Amino acid sequence: MIDFIKDNLILDDPLILGANISILLTVIGIVFVLTYFKKWKWLWSEWITTVDHKKIGIMYILAALVMLFRGGVDALLMRAQLTVPNNAFLTSDKYNEIFTTHGTIMIIFMAMPFLIGLMNVVVPLQIGARDVAFPYLNSLSFWSFMFGAILFNISFVFGGSPDAGWTNYAPLAIEGSPGPGINYYLLGLQISGIGTLLTGINLIVTIIKMRAPGMTLLRMPMFTWTTLVTAFIIVFAFPILTVTLALMTFDRSFGTHFFTLTGGGNTMLWSNLFWMWGHPEVYIVVLPAFGIFSEVISTFARKTLFGYKSMIISLVGISLLSFLVWVHHFFTMGGSAAINNIFSITTMAIAIPTGIKIFNWLGTLYKSRIQYTTAMLWAVAFIPTFVIGGVTGVMLGMAAADFQYHNSYFLVAHFHYTLIAGVVFACFSGLVYWYPKMFGHKLNERLGKWAFWFFAIGFNVCFLPQFLLGFSGMPRRVYTYVPEDGWTLLNVISSIGALGMGIGFVFIVYNIYYSFRYAKRETTGDSWDGRTLEWATTTAIPPHYNFAVIPEVKSLDTFWFNKQETGKKEKVEYKEIHMPNNAGTPFIMSALMFVAGFGLVFDLWWMAILGGLGIIACMVIRSLRSHKEDEGFHVSVEEIKKTEQSFHEEA
Amino acid sequence: MFKKIKPFMPIVAGLSLLVLSGCSDLIVLDPKGPVAATQRDLIMLSIYFMLGIVAVVFVVFTFILVKYRDRKEFNDKDYKPDMHGSVKLEIIWTIIPVIIVVVLAVPNAIALYELKGQPESTADKEPIVIQATAVDWKWIFSYPEENIETVNYVNVPEDYPILFKVTAADSMASFWVPQIGGQIYGMPGMVNDLFLQADEPGVYEGRNSNFTGEGMAHQEFDFVALEEEDYRNWVEETQENEPKLTKGTYEKLMLPETVEKMTFSSTHLNIVDHGQNPAYAMKIREKYGIREKSEGNEDGKVDGNDSNESHSNH
Repeated sequence: MIDFIKDNLILDDPLILGANISILLTVIGIVFVLTYFKKWKWLWSEWITTVDHKKIGIMYILAALVMLFRGGVDALLMRAQLTVPNNAFLTSDKYNEIFTTHGTIMIIFMAMPFLIGLMNVVVPLQIGARDVAFPYLNSLSFWSFMFGAILFNISFVFGGSPDAGWTNYAPLAIEGSPGPGINYYLLGLQISGIGTLLTGINLIVTIIKMRAPGMTLLRMPMFTWTTLVTAFIIVFAFPILTVTLALMTFDRSFGTHFFTLTGGGNTMLWSNLFWMWGHPEVYIVVLPAFGIFSEVISTFARKTLFGYKSMIISLVGISLLSFLVWVHHFFTMGGSAAINNIFSITTMAIAIPTGIKIFNWLGTLYKSRIQYTTAMLWAVAFIPTFVIGGVTGVMLGMAAADFQYHNSYFLVAHFHYTLIAGVVFACFSGLVYWYPKMFGHKLNERLGKWAFWFFAIGFNVCFLPQFLLGFSGMPRRVYTYVPEDGWTLLNVISSIGALGMGIGFVFIVYNIYYSFRYAKRETTGDSWDGRTLEWATTTAIPPHYNFAVIPEVKSLDTFWFNKQETGKKEKVEYKEIHMPNNAGTPFIMSALMFVAGFGLVFDLWWMAILGGLGIIACMVIRSLRSHKEDEGFHVSVEEIKKTEQSFHEEA
Repeated sequence: MFKKIKPFMPIVAGLSLLVLSGCSDLIVLDPKGPVAATQRDLIMLSIYFMLGIVAVVFVVFTFILVKYRDRKEFNDKDYKPDMHGSVKLEIIWTIIPVIIVVVLAVPNAIALYELKGQPESTADKEPIVIQATAVDWKWIFSYPEENIETVNYVNVPEDYPILFKVTAADSMASFWVPQIGGQIYGMPGMVNDLFLQADEPGVYEGRNSNFTGEGMAHQEFDFVALEEEDYRNWVEETQENEPKLTKGTYEKLMLPETVEKMTFSSTHLNIVDHGQNPAYAMKIREKYGIREKSEGNEDGKVDGNDSNESHSNH
């Protein structure tokens, strides 16, 4: 056992040794603080076992911010290495591990959980529900995501990170990488993927079944609409990932030959299956982002969303097309002219619904009254930057030209323009916008704007030069180059921009601390003069039951119109509210998934089997006890009165 | 203050792009052969369209952002909070992108079919066939007709259609000579055809652009276009003076490492066809006790020693 740890714990690299020590110190610090302030019980009963969608959402977002830090450090390390030619800051091996973890973490463990976190907090409130349809499942989703993320992240200090790129192409990831790194990738994604799939199911049922009376489908806020469509994409796309990951796990651990070089495997099968999930995945992160921008723009433009119905039609259009374009990730595979042609057309066709959306947002801003809050700045900056991402996407979609762009920095620049301007800007915008709903105070606007300008300008300085690097023939994923390549100047500029983004992120983190200390506490549930139901709660942070009385919906932007109708306040009559119980099994079950996953990573069969049996035992226990656990409890009328009134007195 | 600067940012960015492009060799846009030229034309066409779209959106965007910002002297007549759509406008901005997509799809389709065949300018010449094989982390070129094999460089006559048959011995690689033509994958167990042609003599950079592990950044080759006479001479001299490619030498080429340029007067095609036998390189590595990447650090050192020994043994 000690030998096993000694073999795998990485101590020879000063960077990783530093990380080891700081992780250790952080863990000791956390344990100390929790013990000293006697917060263990609080942590268990208020957070770990909670089934409250708002708390789960907050935990998702916190985890995503930590992952954003990790992925961002990866990015800065890569930029440091590439700033000058012939740089020896990182070895090829380290660089390969870093770009692999950067890509995987940013997509799977940052973008998705950030958005799922916002969905969790916002969607039930927006549709006037008390929680999601399956609160227990929601907790299980979160914890399996979390333990999947932990499993993936420990790779860099224990055994070595995956190093075959986030696309993990075969056969490199099978015959080319014998260590545990790729296993970490396969199992980490597998475990967190379970959580994502469950979330997708949960959100569909929640939105279909739990809308407040009067909220027809065509009265749903745009963020709820995008969440619904995204959830459908998840349910259709993630099973492909699950199976694909499982097949490669079989190849690596059990000697099957699905994607191998030897024994008649087909290496291209991996690429196809990966992108059949991977392309819809891009839309899983970008569609909710569109929803966030729609909410924010409409709120701060003080105007109804332009073209609500065409927004929905284009949304559904994009989601269907997202399953029909995967081949454009490898036009160079040697497919016939006809095949490349078809996928060129489907790819370029995505520009049509996306263009409709862009113009609808512009239409919303037209004849509006724009307030440039921080949230709005992120949303507004998204439009021109995403247009650049979009038009370069069309250029890449032209297969005959793509033969020149493929695997080059032109591609790298393109997808960062879509994913950062589309998704990261949206995450920040949504965070600032819904922050008072989660924490009862706003984020400081001044600091927020500093963060915005550093990040947005830094982003363009970082990635615009990379389009040109593509035209200069620089391939992605190279860890070094020579001065004769002529890529130096553009790389220097790019690194400066990356630094700007880093400073922007520091401002965001500092802002969270600063606002926690000094920001004015909100006195109403309606921080921004909002339009949708999440702002209709009586308290700034909604009580755990969300609404004392379920609101009735009469139109789109129902809260906005209710506010216009002046005067008459009806006397409300409270009734007992039925709420679900906390549950500890999701946490334990997910921890056991981690154990089983870790066992599979290192081929420690006893550990994998024990973990697996534990998971089954948890399911059995849950099944036997669910009739009791699911009874839930009732919030008494007195408690509701107390909660609602105490707040009004304060106000 | 920021609000006023913001709209001008794209313009500033655009200008600085122009300046920057002067500082760098945009080799993709400087083609030296008909294939890359076709692709350059297509790229430029799309760039013009895209710049047009970007310009229109940015102008409208800037105008709206400035005009409708909330301020003291805001004109209430400009504020229509309940305006929720316009069928006419929405149809217009659906149809225009459709037209643009169609306009771009047609030349793209034509180019796709064109690139599958021999370049038109030399349609009368019989193409020279060269098999290009990617191995971690080198390129091996076989001339079956001439019975020549080169490593990490390929000599071709100018103004001559070359049919590359691209494959790989291990990892999936992408064959790319930016100034001559765009990429095609080399995959174990499969062979892809790619016609290329150089219009003028010169040495052009070629490389693998697909990630193949540790040495990928160095998996480069020279694409050398010679005058036809020089090429014929080179072929003759090589056939006379260079050594034959032995099985042992070829097996060593299968090991994952970078090597110098090499030339042989026979090809590996009678030793193995990677298009038919994707497992070959793996079997050779097993024979030499090599795994591409060590499992633990200590193991790695042992592996490294093994490989050195096996080198000296041969």
